[in-house]
Amino acid sequence: MESRRNPRAVVDPKVRQVGFFTSSQPDSSSTQQQTEPISASASASSPPVSTISPSGNSLSPVMIPPPRLNSSDTFPLRNAAAGATSAVSPSSFSYSNRRDFPDGSTTASPGRHSRGSFVKSSAPVASSLPGIGMDSMAAAKSSSVPASGLTTVSVVTMPPGLAENASGMEVQSDQKKNSKSLKEKTTKAERRAIQEAQRAAKAAAKADGGKVPPGTSASLASTSVKVAKPAKPSTQKNEVAVSAGVTEKKGGPSEKDRKKDAPHPRMQYDDESRVVKAKRRAVVKQTEAKNRVELFRHLPQYEHGTQLPDLEAKFFQLDPMHPAVYKVGLQYLSGDISGGNARCIAMLQAFQDVIKDYSTPPEKNLNRDMTSKISSYVSFLIECRPLSISMGNAIRFVKNRIAKLPITLSESEAKAALQSDIERFINDKIIGADMVIVKHAVTKIRDGDVLLTYGSPTAVEMILLHAHELKKKFRVLVVDSRPKLEGQLLLRRLIKRGISCTYTHINAISYIMHEVTKVFLGASSVLSNGTVYSRVGTACVAMVASAFRVPVLLCCEAYKFHERVQLDSICSNELGDPNAISKVHGREDINYLDGLTNNANLQFLNLMYDATPSDYISMIITDYGMVPPTSVPVIVREYQKEHLLV
Amino acid sequence: MDFQVVILAGGFSSNLVPLVSKEVPKALLPVANRPVLSYVLDLLESNNLKDLIVVVEGEDAALKVGGWISAACVDRLHVEVAAVAENVGTAGALRAIAHHLTAKDILIVSGDIVSDIPPGAVAATHRRHDAAVTVMLCAQPVSGPSESGGSSGKDKTKKPACEDIVGLDSWKQFLLYIAKGTEIKKDTRVKKSILCAAGKMELRSDLMDSHIYAFKRSVLQEVLDQKPAFRSLKQDVLPYLVRTQLRSDVSSDQNNVEEIGNGKDNMQNNEVVLSQILSNASLPSFHQVYESGLDSRKTHKCCVYIADESKFFVRLNSIQAFMDVNRDVIGDANHLSGYSFSAHHNIVHPSAELGSKTTVGPHCMLGEGSQVGDKCSVKRSVIGRHCRIGSNVKIVNSVVMDHATIGDGCSIQGSVICSNAQLQERVTLRDCQVEAGYIVCAGGEHKGETFARK
Repeated sequence: MESRRNPRAVVDPKVRQVGFFTSSQPDSSSTQQQTEPISASASASSPPVSTISPSGNSLSPVMIPPPRLNSSDTFPLRNAAAGATSAVSPSSFSYSNRRDFPDGSTTASPGRHSRGSFVKSSAPVASSLPGIGMDSMAAAKSSSVPASGLTTVSVVTMPPGLAENASGMEVQSDQKKNSKSLKEKTTKAERRAIQEAQRAAKAAAKADGGKVPPGTSASLASTSVKVAKPAKPSTQKNEVAVSAGVTEKKGGPSEKDRKKDAPHPRMQYDDESRVVKAKRRAVVKQTEAKNRVELFRHLPQYEHGTQLPDLEAKFFQLDPMHPAVYKVGLQYLSGDISGGNARCIAMLQAFQDVIKDYSTPPEKNLNRDMTSKISSYVSFLIECRPLSISMGNAIRFVKNRIAKLPITLSESEAKAALQSDIERFINDKIIGADMVIVKHAVTKIRDGDVLLTYGSPTAVEMILLHAHELKKKFRVLVVDSRPKLEGQLLLRRLIKRGISCTYTHINAISYIMHEVTKVFLGASSVLSNGTVYSRVGTACVAMVASAFRVPVLLCCEAYKFHERVQLDSICSNELGDPNAISKVHGREDINYLDGLTNNANLQFLNLMYDATPSDYISMIITDYGMVPPTSVPVIVREYQKEHLLV
Repeated sequence: MDFQVVILAGGFSSNLVPLVSKEVPKALLPVANRPVLSYVLDLLESNNLKDLIVVVEGEDAALKVGGWISAACVDRLHVEVAAVAENVGTAGALRAIAHHLTAKDILIVSGDIVSDIPPGAVAATHRRHDAAVTVMLCAQPVSGPSESGGSSGKDKTKKPACEDIVGLDSWKQFLLYIAKGTEIKKDTRVKKSILCAAGKMELRSDLMDSHIYAFKRSVLQEVLDQKPAFRSLKQDVLPYLVRTQLRSDVSSDQNNVEEIGNGKDNMQNNEVVLSQILSNASLPSFHQVYESGLDSRKTHKCCVYIADESKFFVRLNSIQAFMDVNRDVIGDANHLSGYSFSAHHNIVHPSAELGSKTTVGPHCMLGEGSQVGDKCSVKRSVIGRHCRIGSNVKIVNSVVMDHATIGDGCSIQGSVICSNAQLQERVTLRDCQVEAGYIVCAGGEHKGETFARK
């Protein structure tokens, strides 16, 4: 479709709509909202503060029971540290045996542990350990080797606040901890006083700034602090607030920071300053590709192949990331999961795990803290791969459910409610919808039909399988395209069920279209002007089909509908791995483009999606029935509210 | 991330006699004047793994190792030491501590590794594929004495052609075959079913098993229980898992357990569809293809992580490796040592005393409080703490441990002098090892000998 970018060069009015338009339509703001953090939650998500006073170094060594067996906490380190009621002085260490702590209680009397003695514990101790009955049984079974006990030889006495974000916080001075704990103790009135103090300081600074000759912002900031100090009656508190604010900044990209500046889902990547800012926050190392197609410069394009190893290497360093989310992110990045439905389901299931393991930090509100957590996870997932619209809708749903939770609910109730909500979303909006779509679509398949499909859409596959079960006699044409060759997987599954198939690549579409009676397509999203946003190549198939007067039936679940309006596939798209189109997997001998990858005159473009104008779509089959593309805005309007409330 | 880390620190390895002794178990052998175990602990600590279990063979060794760890790592790491009986093998050692393993996955690291490969990468690969076991493979290190050491015509220079032979699938993600290079005489057996399922197998001898594994805990414990004869992880457990990956005996815990809970027919149906959507979305590995081909087949995945070639990796499992590690850590891989090097690419502790006309070349290390007499020459060597070295001594490509005494006029090349050993005047050593506390008589000329008390 390269030649059609210039609308004037094309005569056919139909084609004109695929071309490059500078759309004057206002972008919908709903996608922006969904990943933008709630500003009110910013204050609630400051890193947890230690309740242990770090200065209180008592000399009596306190034994900390090995945490692993006592709880299934995923953060044993913090657990261990939190269990200590007083800090162990670094110089004193002692050996202790697990026998001293049969129930993992933290009230270890110093007299009970045997200092310096190295006691070897064997089977009896092992069986007395709590919570591992099965395992110790297993150990007893294999009696060839005596079970041996563990001896704690070294413990960590880091306050939990430090343990949580050990990366940047360690360097901070004691003053910070003190100020933190001070800050925590402040009552509402005091906080208000601090706030007012800051406001006054700011005003004073501004007034001052008029007189001060224009200097750097740093000098301005310093003057503001200086001015503030004498101006306030509660100097000490003010100082505390300021220092706390400063140290907060120093603490590196804390979770709060990350969440606040989560990359905008539709960030313009040709805006240099924003890109630099986003890169600083990024968890995934993102090296920008050098040779990029000018027209698609606003889309993120990274050096593929550098992100995955880097993210893998950081596996243990991403403490705030939940393992389930991390795994999903890795799978997105490596391409193990693709396809709108699967990605959405994987993400929702990861969120279910997150909610299951969630516990509200002290002095925080579940609604707000959870929302901010989800936001930070979402921004991580965006870094792995840009969100699809279906995922955006699902995230909006989850956040909405969290926000709507009644405050009266206890934590466990709230968690259960959320989990069942997500479960219901998956069952109703994705799987249930697919069932309904299958029911509708099967009525359109008659004996002797030749059905064409492109790629590997979930819903279409289900339709074909169901129609086959109903003993309908039809033939399937699977059209595929490089580099993903998803159609091969579909083909394999269809053939296994005994459906007769033809497989061809998209190059041959105009040839093969003669014999087709119906075209079934899937979609990543349907926008409210009826434009179908789908796997690249879909537009081509739909266009050829409509030119041959073959009906195009599009199967799409209603949760993928979006009220955005889009006229072309340029302003919003995704760029895939550019190397994927220059290399053929498994055929190293096909290397015609070798050595040209870094040539400045060659730019690879691997687009992931395209937009099909509604003119080429005969009918959209969705869970609300079979509708013409012009009815999409109605469904969006009428059911979007219900989507959110469910 | 729900990982538990087990460090297998070994005991008194017979490969390393006479370097190891009752006083110095293998884990505490000095590499650039730091115990080798400290490199592993540093690596793990830098990856935010601070909750470790160290398994040591033998009570005495465990006491020694535990003592060192508690002195060195207090307040930094949460380390537990377990003593197991000697000669139980790595599998036996894990069996002994199996009841302490509770996390979903276990990361097993050998205690004699000097490396900068992040272990997180193995763990991430393991999680991504939901594998039963993931093995880290790395390029074979260049062994043998360094170039300037010249022509030690010993058989050690021609190292065994290949240590491990591994078979990988075409995506280099799965492990299809593994064997020790020395075990293969003329022919070997490869499972036909695996070969058929994978379609293509790439046999490589340039990769080496790095002894960093990620195991699914349930799988590991089941194998250890079912096969009491298995002694070694590498030689028994791993090949067994690789061999049986297409007819798995171990229960892949999730699939069976999860689907019991739902009584309702509708729910169950949804679940099936759900898992189908998910599995259809991803590129199926040959395991899944195989599983779907025949009913009621169970498989588990054995994955590999191939470390980048630019990363440094050495295992200290022979005397030659000991020399290599010492050379590399103060030479090419000096970012691992944690020391800051002087402008001459060497480390001379400020308290060390050098005589007049004594030269310390690049890639050398002189420990705290050591004294070197006049007209000495030290090249590419590590000298421990409080050594006393007379005048006119030449030390090249050697390791001298703490408190050693070397008389005047000695010449030492490619040798290891253990702690408290004493070399009297005019001893010439070449490719020798001197046991701790041994006294080499004056004037001897030795080549390729091992000095140990009987």
